[in-house]
Amino acid sequence: MICVNGVTKRYSSTVVVDGVSCRIQEGGITSIIGPNGAGKSTLLSMISRLLPMDSGSVTVDGLDVVSTPGRDLAKKMAILRQDNQLTVRLTVRDLVGFGRYPHNGGRPGPGDRTHIETAMAYLDLTALADKFVDELSGGQRQRAFIAMVLAQDTDYLLLDEPLNNLDMKHSVEMMRLLRRLTDDFGKTVVLVIHDINFASCYSDDIIAMCDGRLVHQGPPAEIMRSEVLKDIYEIDIRIEEIEGNRIGVYFA
Amino acid sequence: MTAPALPGKNPARASAAAPLEQRRFLRSTAGLAAGVCIVTALAAVSLFVGVGDLSLSSLLSGDPTTRMLFWVSQLPRTLSIILAGMALSVAGLIMQLMARNKFVEPSTVGTVESAQLGILAVTVLLPGASMFLKMSTASVFAAAGTALFLLVLRRIPLRSTLIVPLVGIMLGGVISAVTTFFAYRTDLLQTLNSWMVGDFSGVLRGRYELLWIVGALTVIGYLAADRFTVAGMGADFTTNLGLNYNRVMALGLVIVSLISAVVVVSVGSIPFLGLIVPNLVSLMIGDNVRRAVPWVAVFGAGFVLLCDIIGRTIRYPYEIPVGVVVSAVGSVIFLYLLLRKRGSHA
Repeated sequence: MICVNGVTKRYSSTVVVDGVSCRIQEGGITSIIGPNGAGKSTLLSMISRLLPMDSGSVTVDGLDVVSTPGRDLAKKMAILRQDNQLTVRLTVRDLVGFGRYPHNGGRPGPGDRTHIETAMAYLDLTALADKFVDELSGGQRQRAFIAMVLAQDTDYLLLDEPLNNLDMKHSVEMMRLLRRLTDDFGKTVVLVIHDINFASCYSDDIIAMCDGRLVHQGPPAEIMRSEVLKDIYEIDIRIEEIEGNRIGVYFA
Repeated sequence: MTAPALPGKNPARASAAAPLEQRRFLRSTAGLAAGVCIVTALAAVSLFVGVGDLSLSSLLSGDPTTRMLFWVSQLPRTLSIILAGMALSVAGLIMQLMARNKFVEPSTVGTVESAQLGILAVTVLLPGASMFLKMSTASVFAAAGTALFLLVLRRIPLRSTLIVPLVGIMLGGVISAVTTFFAYRTDLLQTLNSWMVGDFSGVLRGRYELLWIVGALTVIGYLAADRFTVAGMGADFTTNLGLNYNRVMALGLVIVSLISAVVVVSVGSIPFLGLIVPNLVSLMIGDNVRRAVPWVAVFGAGFVLLCDIIGRTIRYPYEIPVGVVVSAVGSVIFLYLLLRKRGSHA
């Protein structure tokens, strides 16, 4: 379980995340939604110790993310931010292989190879394994990064807008993959996601943020309601139930 | 969770990759062995090129003058070329990963200029200082200059590919101007020149041994290779993989500064070397440091050997300093790399 206790981040006088407290249960997909500038990515960065917090604390399975040694955390939790630019010229296999670094310290064994090949197969990258990452398309590159954190084989997987750069086919495949990871292997996935309908169809729990504060948390059935979404996004969103999923219609 | 692996869709696929990787490994080892042979051949040529009347037959016949010339001048010179060539190229590679930019190296970010300022300071304040003291001071200055560059980089929000080397060149220019000013005031411009332009002609036994330090630093760079690759992916990736980013940067800073300082004190600055060698290697085999370092080292040694041989023969019996030859050849290759990069990313 991830426990977030009164976490705050401010830049000079602007408060970006304002005393957020929540619990993220094990084994499920939790989506963090909200309008631009709500502090979603900042919160995720603080949970994953990429960004120091001004006050509050975060524990992952009881480990405090500030004081626990980096390598121990790296075996428990993997984080991928958005807009990753790689200036290092690596092949896909090398990049994915670095996901094993916390486990092998740079000395790969036979078990590592299995993890790497499996992660690449999961993301449909086997044919591209020996290509350099800078020669790939945006979507392929995004999948290569996801494969890297997958190879890290952690209980917790934190992804900041993983559907960035992915077309519809690969977006759906990505969400199904994340679903399979939680259903079959008991992983805990936390996403920052913009598309509320993906959040609705695939999440177990939704955290809604607005102006740096947590405004709602609950299962999709609770969050995917017109009055709740109006509160978050300030627009009217009609909810239709299609094949058991609640879909927000906001295009017209 | 202790589950060892996610079961693969197709386990056979995983093992099918092994022979391919093995073939690739063999091919790259063969290429590397060929490179080592070429460097050895160049080293042999380098041993017998020069104004001194030195030939293999006179050496083998046991002529005492020839023998002395060989041990005191020719062999140290060739060894120092190899050591400096390897180390500067590897320092360039590490610097590029630290700055996350392909177009920097110690002589374009202020490291070398700071080292020169350090030597000047020692020379002025402690005229009789030993080589070791000069080297230590130069190292401290080099580290401070490089740290300053990295701090400035952190404060630049939009890091375009060309802004980073420009910032470095400007910083180096400012430091260089300070050095020149004080050298002028203290009548040391002439002396300053010997640290500015790399030249192996003054290398003699007893005056090059510090360069073994850079050989050792190159090995350390290789041992920490994976850390530098990870650091090259950025602070977030580094933290995610459980490494302390600042600590990796500090290690890189020490290696790069020491290598630059020792080379400047011993033979002077050899610009562009750390820029072109890693870039050419990157085009061939990529940037996985563990794989790249041996190539960069071999390539760097070979390149400087070749440039030194050119410098010694092109105007025989006079010599053109190796720094000049490397700069001339290097700037052409640098321009090519810049234009190529622009073309592919436009």
